[in-house]
Amino acid sequence: MRGVRWLLLKDLQILRRSPLQAVLLVAYPILIAVLVGFAISRGPEKPRVAFLNEVPAGTRINVGGAELPQANVKGRICKRVECVFVSDRAAAEDKVKSGDALAALVLPEDLVSKINSLSTLSPGVPEVEVLVNEENAVKAELVDDRITSLLAQANLAIARRIGSEGGRYLGLIVNGGNFKALGGKIHILGLAASSRILEAVAPALPKELQPALQEVTKFATEARDNLDVAKPLIARLAQPIAVDKVVVGGESPPLEIFAIAVAATLTLAFVVVLLVAGSLALEREENAFPRLTRGLVTTAGLLAEKVLLGVAVGLVVTLLMLFGMQIFVPLELGRIGLWLAAILVSAAALGAAGAALGAAAREVRAVSLLAFMVTLPVAFLSLVPSGAVSPGVFDAIRYFTALFPFKPALQALSAALDEAGPGIGGPLLHLAILFAAYAAIARLALRRFSAV
Amino acid sequence: MVKRFGDREALRGVSFEAAPGEQVAVIGPNGAGKTTLLSILAGISRPDQGEVSSTNGEVGWVPQQAALYRRLTVEENLLLFARLEGHEDPRGSTAEMLELTGLRERRGEIAARLSGGNQQRVNIAIGLLSRPPVLLLDEPSVGLDPRQRARLWEFVSGLAGRGTTVIFSTHDIQEAERYGDRLLVLADGEALFDGSPEALREAVRTEAPEAADRDFETAFVAYLQHRGH
Repeated sequence: MRGVRWLLLKDLQILRRSPLQAVLLVAYPILIAVLVGFAISRGPEKPRVAFLNEVPAGTRINVGGAELPQANVKGRICKRVECVFVSDRAAAEDKVKSGDALAALVLPEDLVSKINSLSTLSPGVPEVEVLVNEENAVKAELVDDRITSLLAQANLAIARRIGSEGGRYLGLIVNGGNFKALGGKIHILGLAASSRILEAVAPALPKELQPALQEVTKFATEARDNLDVAKPLIARLAQPIAVDKVVVGGESPPLEIFAIAVAATLTLAFVVVLLVAGSLALEREENAFPRLTRGLVTTAGLLAEKVLLGVAVGLVVTLLMLFGMQIFVPLELGRIGLWLAAILVSAAALGAAGAALGAAAREVRAVSLLAFMVTLPVAFLSLVPSGAVSPGVFDAIRYFTALFPFKPALQALSAALDEAGPGIGGPLLHLAILFAAYAAIARLALRRFSAV
Repeated sequence: MVKRFGDREALRGVSFEAAPGEQVAVIGPNGAGKTTLLSILAGISRPDQGEVSSTNGEVGWVPQQAALYRRLTVEENLLLFARLEGHEDPRGSTAEMLELTGLRERRGEIAARLSGGNQQRVNIAIGLLSRPPVLLLDEPSVGLDPRQRARLWEFVSGLAGRGTTVIFSTHDIQEAERYGDRLLVLADGEALFDGSPEALREAVRTEAPEAADRDFETAFVAYLQHRGH
């Protein structure tokens, strides 16, 4: 271990002598922390949508000659998006073209009259207009999803209101009451009262009329009973399928904590893998490897020193980043023990993977490129959620990413930062297994460099 | 010793001895097996057959390409290896070696900024830190200008004069003749000759008489051709 100590000191001296590398090691996590911090704390929670309402004020939806109360569609939409109210179509277009708004929603002047026509013999097609700027595929997809969701919400609100009014009319027919129409009040007797009246007058009527009256009374009773059943059916028509969300697995921490875990794991992975792989390759590029391994330090000792270097630098850089994130999102400092466990074990596994990559080639540049080319796609693939791709592809991604320490490191850090979600034990065990496997691969790979 | 790399035999039964204070030059064309032989003597590579024995302890090794950290200073390089070798007083050993190799004035310079010759001196100084009784130098003068070469050989000869066995490889026949007490000629992994420079001249005259009157290098090439290499 004596040799490991002096080699570690030497590597830190070399790091100190490489100002660009040292600055990057410090600046990179700070930059990532600031960017992620701003993204999750300053980003709009709701997308901005320009809103142009050309429907004349006071216009109401009319069903069967009666005006419905306002469904507050505007209020419902603006609860889900940040509405930027504009006065005309040109302003709406400008907002979308400039990127100030994700899309513009135009409610045309004839919207309500077309909705009203739905209950007539010549129904029109009510339409709203959506202006979008599909400058890239991701944005186009996002806008489509948002607009579809918003219109579904608006349709649902209107349908509920119509359903509720329909239910009210049915209530009037069944139970009776007053109905406002043509500027006056109309009293509706209702089926229940009709039935009662008929039952009351029945004994006074001649015997030959009794059977016919009984039929009318029976009809009134059955109609009342069945129309009572129809009321909830009309209500359900607005939303035939209700959603009952039950979380059965894959509990996850809040989005902002997950974003911090992703940023921290990315930083840790790049710093540790590149540093360990590069510093191991440097031993050979400087021709020092055979000199060191002919009795001064064992191959295992040299690998241990490199992993230790990665763990030490990775720990400092990741902690620096997490404390930087505190400015934007308060983290539970009481869980710092778990943070340390997650960072240390993750860094050790990532360091062993870096050593295996570093043992693959002699030149620092080749090794750094290799490490970058492996780490980046693995990191991206590790973030693909189930359901985003076909089951077969997802299984392939799952098995592939399980071979590299990024995903378990992300799981360990997520678990360490927040108690929601799966525990930390599984990911730590996974990392320990990967550490042992990569350390063995690195030792084997280094053997071929031992001989001159 | 025999050493094979796949089907190729890099060394084919090479055997020799070296006495304390002796300077043995291992010469031969490129690919003759010089570096392989020195690597086996240094313990970096294992022979497939045969063994190396040293009666007087550690073997110092100076590889052909400078094995040092270019981002460290001269002194930091020496101090690191002194510490790794477990010297009781690493700073003392470093100071001593800086003095011995004439690098004291340049101890604070970053190794990458030194000339090739001075980097080679640091390389040799690292190999000498433990004051080994046997020193192996793999083509030590490659890349050095004549003045640097002269200084290098003056230094190495001084070590040999104090009892260090020096085994060096070179493909420069004149350098071998000048600084080697004994020459070991290798070609295609085979030891063709083992003896003094004078004995080699005699062998060249005998086996390649048509080239005997020409310069020694030309005569040596003719000798190798006569021996089928």
